[in-house]
This record gives sequence, C-alpha cells and structure tokens, in this order.
Amino acid sequence: MALRQGLTRALGGVAIVALVAGTAACNKGSSDSGTSAGGKNCGYSIGYLGALTGPSANLGVNIEQGAELAIEQYNKKNGKDCITIKKFDSQGSADVAPGLARQLVADKKIIGVVGLPFSSESQAANPILNDAKIPNITPSATNTTLSEKGWTYFHRAVANDSAQGPAAGNYMKSVMKVQKAFVVDDQSAYGVGLADQVKAVLGSAVVGSDKVGGEGKQTDFSATVTKVVASGATALFYGGYYQNAGLFRKQLTAAGWTGALVAGDGVNDKGYIQAAGKEAAEGTILTCPCAPASKAKGSFVTDYKARWNVDAGTYSDVAYDAANIYLEGISKGNTTTEKLNEYLKTVNYTGIANTYKFTDKGELDPTKLIVWAFKVSGGEVVPDQEAPKA
Amino acid sequence: MNFSNLFSQFGELTVTGLAQGAIIALFALGYTLVYGVLRLINFAHSEVFTVGAFTAVLTWGAFGLDQDSRTPGLGGFVGYLLIGLLVAAAASAATAVVIELVAYRPLRRRNAPPLAFLITAIGASIAISEFVGVLTHRNNKGVPRLLTQEPVFRIADGRVTNLQILIVVVALAMMIGLDFFINRTRLGRGIRAVSQNPDSAALMGVNKNRVISLVFLLGGLMAGVAAIMYLLKIGNVRYDNGLYLGVEAFSAAVLGGIGNLRGALLGGFVLGVFENYVSGLFGTQWHSVGAFVLLVVLLMFRPTGLLGESLGRARA
Repeated sequence: MALRQGLTRALGGVAIVALVAGTAACNKGSSDSGTSAGGKNCGYSIGYLGALTGPSANLGVNIEQGAELAIEQYNKKNGKDCITIKKFDSQGSADVAPGLARQLVADKKIIGVVGLPFSSESQAANPILNDAKIPNITPSATNTTLSEKGWTYFHRAVANDSAQGPAAGNYMKSVMKVQKAFVVDDQSAYGVGLADQVKAVLGSAVVGSDKVGGEGKQTDFSATVTKVVASGATALFYGGYYQNAGLFRKQLTAAGWTGALVAGDGVNDKGYIQAAGKEAAEGTILTCPCAPASKAKGSFVTDYKARWNVDAGTYSDVAYDAANIYLEGISKGNTTTEKLNEYLKTVNYTGIANTYKFTDKGELDPTKLIVWAFKVSGGEVVPDQEAPKA
Repeated sequence: MNFSNLFSQFGELTVTGLAQGAIIALFALGYTLVYGVLRLINFAHSEVFTVGAFTAVLTWGAFGLDQDSRTPGLGGFVGYLLIGLLVAAAASAATAVVIELVAYRPLRRRNAPPLAFLITAIGASIAISEFVGVLTHRNNKGVPRLLTQEPVFRIADGRVTNLQILIVVVALAMMIGLDFFINRTRLGRGIRAVSQNPDSAALMGVNKNRVISLVFLLGGLMAGVAAIMYLLKIGNVRYDNGLYLGVEAFSAAVLGGIGNLRGALLGGFVLGVFENYVSGLFGTQWHSVGAFVLLVVLLMFRPTGLLGESLGRARA
C-alpha cells in the first residue's frame, strides 16, 4: 500500500503508461511481501457517481446501496477496507455530473464506476470517464444512444429503451388492449426516447401527445390534463421520472380522468406513490428492464433489508451484480482500469438478477434482456408479469 | 400547430388558465407592492411563498391529515381551509418581514447602491430555498385532499369545478380587500405617500420604516393565501416550487405594470390564460416560450405594462 502510494505520487505527472506499469509492479511487490491492508489485490476503490439527493434521489440510493452491500460482503471475506466505495452525488443533474466526473477520475484509486443512473447525466459525464479510461457499468440508464457514442469504457447491465419502450407498448396493446392512448414525455433524453418507442408500437392507437417540463420545471399540468381528458384516451404513457409523474397523475385523477397511467423504470419507485397519493396511484403500470428485486436469487433480499432497513428497490439487485462483476475482476488481478475493462469484455457472470455478458458496444447480450411490468396495488409496487417481447 | 385542439378545448383551457392565473396574481402582488414603495425587486418573495406552503402542510399534518387520509366533509373542509389560510398567511408574512429586517433594512441604513439590494435579495432567496430543501430532503410533500374537485357548471365546453371557483373568488376578494386598504385607509395613505415621495412623506410625519415593514407584511399575506390555493390545486409542494412560480409571478407583475395592484391581477390572469392557449396550440413544451415572447412584445409597445406603473399615482 504505502509503496504503491509513494510510487503513484512520484509518478504523478508522468504519462499514464508509466503509471500503469508502476502500479502493476507495486501490486506484485505488495502481495509478495504481504504488507498490504487486507491482502491480495486490496487498496482499490469502486466509485458510485449518481444521485444521492435531489428530486430523483430514490433511484440513485437504491443503486448505491446495492453496490455498497456487495462491497461490504466482499470485504468480510477479504479484509476490512480491502475495497472501498467512493460516492459522488450528482443529484441526478447533467449540470453537476461532469464536475464530479472530473473529481472522480482524479482519484487514481478508483478503477471502476457503478453508474451513472440516469441517461441525461450519462451523456454529460461519460465522455470524461471514457477519456480517463475508467470502466463504468450503468445499472439503469436506458437511453439507446449511450452505447452508440464510441465510449469503449461504457457498459449497460440492463436492457435499453429499444427493449423497454416496445415492451411497454406491447403491454398496453396486447395485455391492456388499449384502443385510445395518449403519450406524454418530460423532454429528457430518457423520457423522449421511451415515449417515441411506445408511440411507434401503438401506431394509430395514439390519439394525442404532449410534452411537459421536467422535475422542478413544471408543476401545473392543467393544459395537458385538459388535452388528455378531451382526447377520450383510456390509457396514458408517461416518459419521465417519478416525482412529476406523481404530480401529473394526481392532477389527472382530480380532474376526473379514470384511465390508467403507464410509465417506465424512471417512475418505478415508491416516491411515485408518495407524490400521487395512494388512491390516484392505484392501478398504474410500471415497466422495468429488470426482474422484480424480490425475485433475486440467494439471500440478497434479506441481506439488503438487514443492512439498509428498507426493501431492495428498483435496480438495487443489478447494482449489486455490477459491483460484484468488478470485485470478481479485481480478485482475479485486474487491478488497472484498462485490465478491468478488458475483463468486462470477456465476462460471463451469473449474478442474482441476471447473467451478464456484454457486446462490443457495452450492451447486454441480446439473449439476456428482461423487461417486467409492475402494478401499483394497495400503495405498493408489485410485480405483474414479464412484458411481452412482441 | 393544432387549431382544432385549441378551439375544441378553448373553454376548458380558459378556465384552468384563469385558476392558475389567479394564483400567479396573488403571488405577484408581493413583488408589485414592494417595488411600488422601494423600487426593489424582492427576489426572496418566492421563498415567502414556499415557507407559507410548507407551514400549512405541516400544520395539517399535526391534525393527523396526510395525502392518503380521507377527504373531510364540508364543515371539515372550511375549518381546515381557514386554519391553513391563517397559518400560511402568518408564516409567509413573518418570513417577508424578517427578510426585510435582515436583508434590506441594514443596507438601506447605509445607503447601499441598488446592486447590493439585488444581490442580498438573490442571496436570501437561495439560502432560504436551499434550507427548506435540505430540511425536506428535496422531496415532494403530498397535500391532504381537503376537497373533491367536482364540476359545478359548464361554460361552452369548459367544466368549471368548485375548486376553480374558490381560487378565483378568493383571489378577487383578497385583491379587492388590498385595493381598499391601500386606497381608503390611513395606513394605505401612508404607503401611497412613501411610494410617491419618501422624503416628503417622512417630513409629513410618516414613519417610513414602519410603512416598508407593512408593505412586506401585506405581500407576505397575499403569498400565504396564494400558497394555500396552490396546494389545493397542485396537491404537492417542493422546496423549489416557489422559485419557478416566482418567475412567472414577477413577469405577471411587470406585464400588468409593476407597482400597480390591479395590473398584477390582470397580468396574472393574462399570463395564466395565454400560457394555456399556447399549450393547446403548439404543445405544452412551448408554454414558457409563448408567455415570455408575449411579455417582450407587450413591453415593446407598452414599456410600463398593461395598466402602467406606480402604486402611488393610482389615486394621486
């Protein structure tokens, strides 16, 4: 440890190739001498970059807690503080995330990142992570374009919106048998992408659409509510995040609209029910490119509850797996960012939520994609069924 | 452009726009009052609103009401509404007066340049809003459903609900009351005097500082009432709601003629309704574009706003 630190410092300004060589050499030294903190391949960090506070904080907290649990369990076997988690709170904001990404890449102990949770902040911060060659696995950002930017260090552990959007559309079409649908998005990268996919599937069943302001930008939806009521739609798809979805649902119900609201994983959180109120939220359909956390294998569900005193939320299980993929890679001696990234290319890891294998673009292998539909029932989000693929 | 949308929903868009406009108008009165007397834009007024809103939700919470509790009967509704109005108005008024005492009065005593006031205004605004944000974990707070919204009658295709009537009536009543207070009472005369010429007013024995505190207090009362109407209509409140609504309210004040009470009311209604028409015609994403283009165009032709400036000149 001390040796590596000193060397890293000494090499501070030197080219990255030299740094990599130096780090590798030191690791060898420290494990030979057995003087490091917790033993072999210890002393590294995994970063979490994403919301911990802010209007959409719950989604981020679910993820961070899943990843932190994985690391704590790993440290129990491999020594206290063997691998540490370093948290960077982006508040879910594309304005805040890039600055934090720069702080993160400056910390040379961080060799892998779990995040970023949201699509807009990913678009803003991922170029920085990619330039600094830090592997990152998002357990939840689902905008399709993220994998098309040539970021070789980007990975996505869930299906993207080209799977989730059609699945939501198909659910509306073949399970709910919707004849007249209204589609609204919040103008975010995530919301627009998802809404457009749904529109494509529903085709002529879409009787109207509108675009509203995102979190904190709009609270009065009366004009859109008017349009929805006037359109005669019996179901509404909302592409956006949970707080405004809740506000919108509440105002729709207050205006006497009794149709069902359908939304994606960005709304799949108990915060939605808090914002809408139990009565208005009842019957809402929420999709997620994930299996129900309660269906996760092993003792994850009880471990999570024991550690955090809340039930595992959306993507907690995927984040847990993402962290474990890194941990397995590190334990196999992939202790530089480049080596860890190479490792991700070949990984075929069976976790608690899914089996993970990445394409060369960093997407999950097409055979591994899962999309589930959930339903709000009695003030809880409960699993409904796996959404039809076509 | 979707003209059929606009025409088929014209009545409904007008009604919902008027309800939103009434809230904006009540909120706008605070900006206009303070500007009329001090020639100062009190940017911290948005937080006066926020504090009032949260105080009301917490008070209702203390009575055991949350957003999932049952809707009370008419008697319960009136009772809770009055309690809400009382605590929100009191909290908002107190906040406004404290902001004046802490952020503005010391500067006035030292004859600080106008820029200093602007910066303390923005500083007070951000400090209070962030403080509330941290206390509430930046989460939405759900509002108890005090009233089941039901259509009472229709105008053309537009359904008019009990809540919309309540909001517009309360806004008009507050407005008329305030107008009467400013124009017909002794204290109101003091306000008008300071607004016209602070130095002469002081020579005539008007206590300028007391008048200024009174103006902040009145603006706060109006913001508190606006907060209750907002809570009933939107059903949620968050620490940054005031900031966004504040920009609209301030714009409404300028649109109607800043410093002019009736102008604030008119500006609020015009802005609320116009935003809805733009939403109907072009889509909701354009509503702010439409509203602020309207503001710019209008000011080009009437630089002092629809009804012209000045609190004092109204009955000079």
